[in-house]
Amino acid sequence: MIPVSHFLALGAVLFAIGVLGVVIRRNAIIVLMSIELMLNAANLTLLAFGRARHDAHFHALAFLVIAVAAAEAAVGLAIVVGIFRNRHAANLDELTLMKR
Amino acid sequence: MIDQFPLHWIPLFPLLGAAINLLIGRRLGRTLAALIGCGAVAAAMLLGWEATWQLGHAAPSATFTGALFRGTWIHASDGNYSLHLNAGLMLDRLSAVMVLVITSVGFLIHLYSIAYMEADAHFSRYFGYLNLFTGAMLILVLGDSLPVTFIGWEGVGLCSYLLIGFWFDKEQNASAGRKAFIVNRIGDFGFVLGMLLIFAATSTLQYSDLSSAPALAQLRRPLAIPGASYATFAALLLFIGATGKSAQLPLYVWLPDAMAGPTPVSALIHAATMVTAGVYMVARLHGVIEIDPFASGVIASVGAATALLAATIGVAQKPIKKILAYSTVSQLGFMFIGVGTRAYTAGMFHLVTHALFKAGLFLGAGSIMHALGGLEDVTQMGGLKRKLPITRWTFLIYCLAIAGIFPFSGFFSKDAILASAFGFDFPELAIWPHWLGHAIYAAGVTAALLTAFYMFRAYFLVFGGEFRGPPEVHAHAHESPTAMTIPLVVLAVGAAGAGLLGVPEIFHPEMNHFEEWLSPALFAPTLLHHSAALEWGLMGLATAVALVGISLAWWLYGRGPAPAVATLAARLRPLHRLVENRYYLDEVYDLLIVRPLRAVAYVFWKVIDALLIDLVLVRGLALVVDLFGRMIRYVQNGDAQRYVVGVVLGIAVFAGLGANWVAWRAAPFEVEMHGAEVTVRAHGAPVGAETRPLKYQFDFGDGTIVKLPERAVPIASHHYQGNGTRRITVTAYDPRWGTHSRESRLVEVRTR
Repeated sequence: MIPVSHFLALGAVLFAIGVLGVVIRRNAIIVLMSIELMLNAANLTLLAFGRARHDAHFHALAFLVIAVAAAEAAVGLAIVVGIFRNRHAANLDELTLMKR
Repeated sequence: MIDQFPLHWIPLFPLLGAAINLLIGRRLGRTLAALIGCGAVAAAMLLGWEATWQLGHAAPSATFTGALFRGTWIHASDGNYSLHLNAGLMLDRLSAVMVLVITSVGFLIHLYSIAYMEADAHFSRYFGYLNLFTGAMLILVLGDSLPVTFIGWEGVGLCSYLLIGFWFDKEQNASAGRKAFIVNRIGDFGFVLGMLLIFAATSTLQYSDLSSAPALAQLRRPLAIPGASYATFAALLLFIGATGKSAQLPLYVWLPDAMAGPTPVSALIHAATMVTAGVYMVARLHGVIEIDPFASGVIASVGAATALLAATIGVAQKPIKKILAYSTVSQLGFMFIGVGTRAYTAGMFHLVTHALFKAGLFLGAGSIMHALGGLEDVTQMGGLKRKLPITRWTFLIYCLAIAGIFPFSGFFSKDAILASAFGFDFPELAIWPHWLGHAIYAAGVTAALLTAFYMFRAYFLVFGGEFRGPPEVHAHAHESPTAMTIPLVVLAVGAAGAGLLGVPEIFHPEMNHFEEWLSPALFAPTLLHHSAALEWGLMGLATAVALVGISLAWWLYGRGPAPAVATLAARLRPLHRLVENRYYLDEVYDLLIVRPLRAVAYVFWKVIDALLIDLVLVRGLALVVDLFGRMIRYVQNGDAQRYVVGVVLGIAVFAGLGANWVAWRAAPFEVEMHGAEVTVRAHGAPVGAETRPLKYQFDFGDGTIVKLPERAVPIASHHYQGNGTRRITVTAYDPRWGTHSRESRLVEVRTR
């Protein structure tokens, strides 16, 4: 049986990759994908704890996160498409309207 | 006491008129504004006459009472004092005289103003102020306590300021208004202090109480200096107030400058009514004032000095209104001689006659200036008697009245004052020499001589000889309209005939109606009675002196300035310049008071305001905020990804802090020593983290180290060998996060 710590470590690595993706990549779509990665890392951690503690609450929470992630992806992609249509750009460093 | 008369309407009518004219006057149009302005004063005048008529038919000491509004005005108390005041009004025979002067002369001046101010753009504002003044002055004289009087006192000061600076678009007028206000405030400060002192001594401010024996006994208590009493200081402080309002030495300097206002204002406020408030106040509080003869002596001496000084200045002035202004200061000095020598009825009598002839003189001057397009310099005038017949004849009557020629009013009132001053001494007090009364009399007679001279100098310069100004001004000169000449004529009748109200006993035993009228109100008039021969002599001397003054004026100015004038001025050059420049008193005040004050103000402005507040506090603070803003703006650069970095780093910091928190809180410890036996008790995991599996290590500093397993209670004991200083170190270790913290302390081991 694989110990819980392995799952936790995998979750931490996935989360770190997600954070790096959000911080480093400019393309808004890649950033959204990285956010998905972070959310799934959180899911993995939740399920690992749920398994370790035999607690179904963690599973329920994971489903909630999946639902929120789906909604977030839909809205986020729509925003990206809308911005691209308006400004012909999908790079985050070009979207600094609020500064001016 | 009777209180069936609606006294409050006397001041309320003019105040109502003021409210209407000041608030919506611009929309009313000139006719309506004038109608309201004059109508309000006319209503007050009719009420005043009616009240006086009823008062005359009541018992001699009767008093009407009323209130500005019902209920309590001031209610205050602490352990020692309590003050309970209504906004009470009171009409006795003294205030009745004042009410009649204010409303009647005031009404004539309002009437005159309609024509005089005809072309002014701020017609309704003018009438609003004039009504406001009348209302405030009526509150002043009708108040039944010092605070109510003080409200009126301040109100007339305000209106004086507003009206002097009525044409405030000229800097000179505005600064004259400010000067009047500030100098008056200095006097008012004395008034307030006097009021407080009276209250401290007697616990009351009501006039009816202040004339009662217990209150006067309280005021007689000694204070500060041997021989002085509460009454001494109270009287002197109140008199400071009077010197401000009534333009006496040393605070008279504002009145000549006050001539910057419209001429009817000078007639109403700065001749007939407001400036006599000080005289009225002294008469009203005569019970308090005459407790200490020292105060009476000061009042009479200041009055005499002012009368003489202002009369000498009046001799050399050129603008006609300045001559009249110094004349007013001088005549007010006469009134203070009267009330200072305890001849209150004489002082009040001169107040009434002066109100008539001086208001007339000012209105006459206004008529002259109106005819000459604003020309003020009497040396530029001349030969106007044919052009301005009504003005000329009325002016002559006023001049005869002020000079004190029989049977014009000034003769009787001035004679009464001089007669009371002559031979008056203050027997109760050695501080005043016995010749003081004579000195005051001498000053008064000299001032009377100068008065006759400068008034007829002005008269001859204006109406005698040939016109000396620009010819086109002369061609344009014309008699004033009826609205202006009617008041002149009415006042002239008054100025000529008012003296018959106070005919002295040596003419006729029962014709001194004025004294008879006032004596119940001024309950203890201590009048000197000279022998008939002496009285005839004094009267003859006064008349002779007046005639000398007039003859001198005729000789020097009868047909325009005679060559002798220039010769005389050249021969007495230093004196002439001294007098012409008002003894340089304004300059002395400027040097001694105004400039130092301005210097101090300048320093405060530059150091406190400009440097500390503006530069350091305001701009410095803005600079700091700006600096931080410039720094922070690099953080807020609009790049969402950098924000994310900030968020992640922030989370990392808090996670790190949170991970160490438990261990940090666990390591601190307490030490319990019983000789060589020591017990160390660490604080352990904080509340909420008790389940943390902390490990402890205790180092007792002598090579002994105790390690405890996870979850053990963090207590360890040890027995030291021998005395000395040891260092105890506790380390808390959290195996889950790999963090630890350490605390150490020195302990002194002392075995028994």
